[in-house]
Amino acid sequence: MAKRQTMTKQSSEKRINNFNEVANGFTKEEAMLEAKRCLQCKNKPCVDGCPVEVPIPEFIDQVLEEDFSKASDTIKAKNALPAICGRVCPQEEQCEAECILGKKGEPVAIGALERFVADEESNEKAKVKVSNKNSGAKVAIVGSGPSGLTAAADLAKLGYQVTLFEALSEPGGVLRYGIPEFRLPKSIVTEEIEHIKELGVEVQANVLIGSTLSIEDLWEKGYKAIFVGTGAGLPYFLSLPGENLNGVYSSNEFLTRANLMKAYKFPEYKTPITVGDKVAVVGAGNVAMDSARTALRLGAEEVSIVYRRSRNEMPAREEEIENAEEERIDLKLLRNPTRIIGNDEGWVEELECVKMELGEPDSSGRPRPIPIENSEFTIPVDVVIIAIGQGPNPLLPKKTPELETTKWDNIIVDDDTYQTSISGVFAGGDVIGGSATVIAAMGDGRQAAKSIHKYLQE
Amino acid sequence: MAKILDKRDLAPEIDLFTIDAPLVAQKAQPGHFVIVRASETGERIPLTIVDYNRDEGTIDLVIQAVGCSTIELCNLEQGDEFLDLLGPLGEPIEIKEIGTVVCVAGGLGVAPVYPKAKYLKEAGNKIISIVGAQTEEMLIMKDEMEEVSDEIYFATDDGTLGEKGFVTNILDSLLDERDEVDEVVAVGPAVMMKAACEVTTEYDIDTIVSLNPIMIDGTGMCGGCRVTVDGERLFACVDGPAFDGHAVDFEELMMRQSHYEDEEEEAEHKCNLDREVE
Ligand SMILES: Cc1cc2nc3c(=O)[nH]c(=O)nc-3n(C[C@H](O)[C@H](O)[C@H](O)COP(=O)(O)OP(=O)(O)OC[C@H]3O[C@@H](n4cnc5c(N)ncnc54)[C@H](O)[C@@H]3O)c2cc1C
Ligand SMILES: Cc1cc2nc3c(=O)[nH]c(=O)nc-3n(C[C@H](O)[C@H](O)[C@H](O)COP(=O)(O)OP(=O)(O)OC[C@H]3O[C@@H](n4cnc5c(N)ncnc54)[C@H](O)[C@@H]3O)c2cc1C
Ligand code: SF4
Ligand code: SF4
Ligand code: FES
Ligand SMILES: [Mg+2]
Repeated sequence: MAKRQTMTKQSSEKRINNFNEVANGFTKEEAMLEAKRCLQCKNKPCVDGCPVEVPIPEFIDQVLEEDFSKASDTIKAKNALPAICGRVCPQEEQCEAECILGKKGEPVAIGALERFVADEESNEKAKVKVSNKNSGAKVAIVGSGPSGLTAAADLAKLGYQVTLFEALSEPGGVLRYGIPEFRLPKSIVTEEIEHIKELGVEVQANVLIGSTLSIEDLWEKGYKAIFVGTGAGLPYFLSLPGENLNGVYSSNEFLTRANLMKAYKFPEYKTPITVGDKVAVVGAGNVAMDSARTALRLGAEEVSIVYRRSRNEMPAREEEIENAEEERIDLKLLRNPTRIIGNDEGWVEELECVKMELGEPDSSGRPRPIPIENSEFTIPVDVVIIAIGQGPNPLLPKKTPELETTKWDNIIVDDDTYQTSISGVFAGGDVIGGSATVIAAMGDGRQAAKSIHKYLQE
Repeated sequence: MAKILDKRDLAPEIDLFTIDAPLVAQKAQPGHFVIVRASETGERIPLTIVDYNRDEGTIDLVIQAVGCSTIELCNLEQGDEFLDLLGPLGEPIEIKEIGTVVCVAGGLGVAPVYPKAKYLKEAGNKIISIVGAQTEEMLIMKDEMEEVSDEIYFATDDGTLGEKGFVTNILDSLLDERDEVDEVVAVGPAVMMKAACEVTTEYDIDTIVSLNPIMIDGTGMCGGCRVTVDGERLFACVDGPAFDGHAVDFEELMMRQSHYEDEEEEAEHKCNLDREVE
């Protein structure tokens, strides 16, 4: 069996000094070699692994025929944001996990091929795009993350007049303010959003639904259905002593300053950020990896990840953990923070941790971390970034009492229709809970769009 | 984009802007603020909605040029636009009939105090105002405050207007003389609010303050504006900015406000350099 092609990467020595993308996409030669590996299975197990059912063998076949534009259309029929998914989908748990070749050897590099097709298509730029003249009912989308963008694109294609409301100054959600440039260039996010605008979707930034306009106002303005994709933007803290010291950030704040506000270009861009020499990041998911690797690129000398379980349990994508290790991020495993210690001026100086050992599996199925008595120690730090997770922002439900939520503030929806407790209001993506991936949010947006179409036809 | 319809000089380095913002004006209430960004390279900074006109679709903002971002905003003229304006943000303060309310404003604190005084007055309260500034020249919105106050006292650092000294001295003697005061609203620099709360604690009078930590999004997404109130961690942008002053950890607030002192100096320096080049 031919060997799986891998994308070349910027060397770790080089890349820690810039914000350019880490992985170079496939060259045409690499893409052709990889596409040849696909067996074109009749039963398409790979497609079952993709939450939006991208017709994988079909598009790979079109790559083989060097008809990249057709391959792009094939993907886009199911996936509004291929350049993004090709980069950030956890393919190893999804499409590639089901690929037949993976049973004996290495699966087809589906993600890298998808990225290749999307990038080729955008390089072409030959196509003249015409704006749709949409005339259907007005639909409002709240939040412009992947769920909102997908719902907007699908509804616009169906002929609805779609307005996308976004609280921040630019659309994209986590794709814009969370995932860093070196993993997902912002120019790609901008371009994918341009495609969606070309479908006739109107984007209104700087509108906070719940404050600037209420759900009631949207009905009054003639919107016939509403999709809520407000994500999970509320940062969790540890509730440890010293957490409000200067130099302690939530990952949301740190990444928003760096990505959305471009603090890495300070003082040309006016938003400041503190990095310091020694940074500790608490948590071990994608968000923690992104925070750690961003801190490194902003000039930190020593960056560590502090995680209470072992490497096996780290929730981040394997690829990103490997990238972090290559960049010499120090994984301080089986360590749990207990206290943040500051100096007289109110700046963080040390992070106190306790050593942990793994016990029996807990309710999450992972071994329970147990503190080892009297094993406390401290690490010197200039900055601590708390990346232990986020919950849904409670603002919109708080201002819309009829909108029912769980006790964790997730909006409750019907499993099949994605309709909330308010008739005509639908929701999806991180705000309803679930797997918290870009592609799952897009899957929700797609299903909700279908239901909205059905609802509006009734 | 939000267009500047009118700009007025209130004092040296303090300007009042009337902004075309129909959606915000429609929803604005006393206590609300907006987040503004001047340009693509600008910072997001919070500013109080000082007044609003729903019919005209306008809001008024008062901006004091203290650093890079406020200088950039104050350099804009009538007809120019703010790139971004988001709001109204925060929880409005409750406007009800309480009885007699003392409104204490220090420096630019007049901006947030004025709408509260105005609507509390409309709701039938007696308003006693104490307004302080460095000098008479720096004291803004004097006429507006006089108009909404039943009684008004002034304090300046140099004695050019009213009493020489702090607003808190006047507050102390006023509370000492009068039993009728039901509530105090105090807004200004954190040190002033802290001092005012120390005075009102002595007289056991409820005191509302409006906190001004460093903010970015203003929507509850970053946690940068976290403050400790009654031992609890709250986000000033969505849970406030008004809080029970007797429960606020002011020391922590002041510490957190100083987070970017070095960077702010660097930014202001660059701001000034850029302007000289122009
Ligand atoms: C740092 C980071 C790295 C990640 N890495 C990966 C990865 O590698 N792979 C992966 O698959 N997933 C990753 N994720 C998870 C993934 O990004 C999210 O699951 C996904 O973005 C959720 O999409 P969404 O549409 O639900 O909302 P979001 O992307 O959260 O967008 C919600 C949008 O709604 C706006 N909004 C909120 N409230 C309002 C309101 N009231 N009015 C108007 N607008 C509002 C917000 O400003 C925001 O722009 C990562 C997440 C983070 C934070
Ligand atoms: C709810 C609220 C309402 C406010 N209303 C007004 C108002 O009506 N008029 C007015 O002139 N000012 C107001 N401010 C203060 C104003 O936001 C700051 O003066 C401004 O951000 C300073 O920015 P700068 O770059 O010009 O100065 P800098 O030199 O960068 O900062 C000067 C000081 O302002 C504070 N500050 C800096 N950045 C921020 C930020 N992003 N958010 C909040 N504070 C910051 C810091 O404590 C700093 O020491 C308000 C602040 C808050 C929180
Ligand atoms: S969208 Fe994601 S899961 Fe689906 S094929 Fe593409 S990379 Fe795989
Ligand atoms: S399972 Fe693998 S080999 Fe089979 S069609 Fe899908 S990608 Fe090709
Ligand atoms: S300013 Fe970000 S949470 Fe308040
Ligand atoms: Mg500033």
